[in-house]
Amino acid sequence: MALYRAHVLICHGTGCASGGAPKVLDAFKEELAKKGLEKEILVIATGCHGMCEFGPIVVVYPEGTFYSQVKPSDVAEIVEEHLYKGRIVTRLLYKEPLSAQKVCHYKDIPFYGKQHRIVLSNCGYINPDNIDEYISRDGYQALGKCLVEMTPAAVIDEMKKSGLRGRGGGGFPTGMKWGFCAASPGDKKYVICNADEGDPGAFMDRSILEGDPHAVIEGMMIGGYAMGADEGYIYCRAEYPLAINRLQTAIKNATEYGLLGEDILGTGFNFTLHIKEGAGAFVCGEETALMASIEGQRGMPRARPPFPAVKGLWGKPTNINNVETWANVPRIIVQGAECFAAMGTEKSKGTKVFALTGKVKNTGLVEVPMGTSTSPVFLTFPVSAKTLVPLDFSVPIAAKHSAPWTIILGTFAHVSTLLIFVGLPQSPLTAGKGGRARGMPLCPSMEAISAVSSPQTKAPAPSLM
Amino acid sequence: MTEEKKKIRSLDDLRKIKEKTGDLTSARSEVDKVKVIIGMGTCGIAAGAREIMNAVLKELEVRNLHNVAVETTGCIGMCQNEPLLDVIRPGEPRITYCAVTPPDVSRIVSEHIVNGRIVQDKLYGRAD
Repeated sequence: MALYRAHVLICHGTGCASGGAPKVLDAFKEELAKKGLEKEILVIATGCHGMCEFGPIVVVYPEGTFYSQVKPSDVAEIVEEHLYKGRIVTRLLYKEPLSAQKVCHYKDIPFYGKQHRIVLSNCGYINPDNIDEYISRDGYQALGKCLVEMTPAAVIDEMKKSGLRGRGGGGFPTGMKWGFCAASPGDKKYVICNADEGDPGAFMDRSILEGDPHAVIEGMMIGGYAMGADEGYIYCRAEYPLAINRLQTAIKNATEYGLLGEDILGTGFNFTLHIKEGAGAFVCGEETALMASIEGQRGMPRARPPFPAVKGLWGKPTNINNVETWANVPRIIVQGAECFAAMGTEKSKGTKVFALTGKVKNTGLVEVPMGTSTSPVFLTFPVSAKTLVPLDFSVPIAAKHSAPWTIILGTFAHVSTLLIFVGLPQSPLTAGKGGRARGMPLCPSMEAISAVSSPQTKAPAPSLM
Repeated sequence: MTEEKKKIRSLDDLRKIKEKTGDLTSARSEVDKVKVIIGMGTCGIAAGAREIMNAVLKELEVRNLHNVAVETTGCIGMCQNEPLLDVIRPGEPRITYCAVTPPDVSRIVSEHIVNGRIVQDKLYGRAD
């Protein structure tokens, strides 16, 4: 295998791609060929780096140099100066908004320094279309561990121990939910990935699918094994063409390797996966409406019970989790439930990805441990202290508060609410789905948290505790 | 680049693929790497730094060494002694070699990078 001395990673998330990243990639290939460097420098398209405000992002390894807002016309200079002569192109370096200082290395950027990237660890680091890169980063090891070394009950137990809660907004304990479906009688069961991310300003799930599709697939397979399901559906909104494209490639590559299909890893476990494109109805993000839509029915929620774990897709026991929840699963299996449970708060474990949009300094994606105060998330790195940050929250808390409701908090202090799923007594908010900071003007001294109706709140939510 | 896809039929197969593909992303990792830095200023290029670069890459490929980061740098002001090649092993000082020729490269790789022994006759000094 040829050795590449340098890797040029060009962000091809939806944000950077619409900012012209494909043209930047073409320009790199052209310039490198002109200099005869194409055999020693690898150019790849990655998923989202999270710094969407400053796209297109180009990161050059081994140095880890982080270039922002790169235009095709800048490429010749990067190739000539940096890649050929080893001189960093200072004018294209990322400028820290608060200190106005140029930062050279990826790892020195405060925006990343304050984050804890678990789910996003591969996003922007690997080529999502290359299954080998996913495997090189422990990909499918968790599946192998489950199939070979663990019983389905042990897998569910591990999920319970991890304390993972559903990342779709409801915050229901994932292990418990899997337990319900596993206990449900029936030969045929389904697992579904809810990728109908519809909340305004939210793009966490899209970025995970675009940047690390195999993590979601692997998570679903582990869930399928744990619950006795041999078929899965990813319900993804058609407005995410790039995510669907990456998923299709990922499923194709995994099938070629025999990681999807029959007798997976020689263990007798079978699993097939389908993609169902949603036609753009917001309500289809609600699980019962979503299943109706997969069946070809009109996407209408129905009353529960029966819950999907008992009577779901085509009347069979079904488990639905959100993209981010599934993507957490392989990490929990590989690193251990204790490692996951060590992050976050007493009742909300792990990390959460948030999408920052609107009038903030760095729109993009952040991943922070649960219980992180919103101040550091929103103030220290993305916004200046005076910037107004209205927030969108989807708030499915407990059954009694299941209707959509709007809260406006009048002071700064309240915005330091901890990002957790189980509401604090004085501020009974959950982190909701993670779509944040939709820019709607308000008076400058005010901060607002407005609860928008989320797909999860349209039907009666199960009680959390 | 991708060969005919072989089916992964066991955990062992998966581990083998992982070993084979480990170097795909290793250039992006900064852990425990030996750094080789080649002077690529105009002076370096004129003195033959490109040939040195090619020789380094070839040698690393032949020896299947994937824990080495090859970087380039601009002129550091000792143009007379170009091509300059620096080696930094993890936790060790930066060692500069001067007037490096392509045949020297394999010695530097095998002696210094692999075995940690400095090649004295090409040594210029410690850069720090």
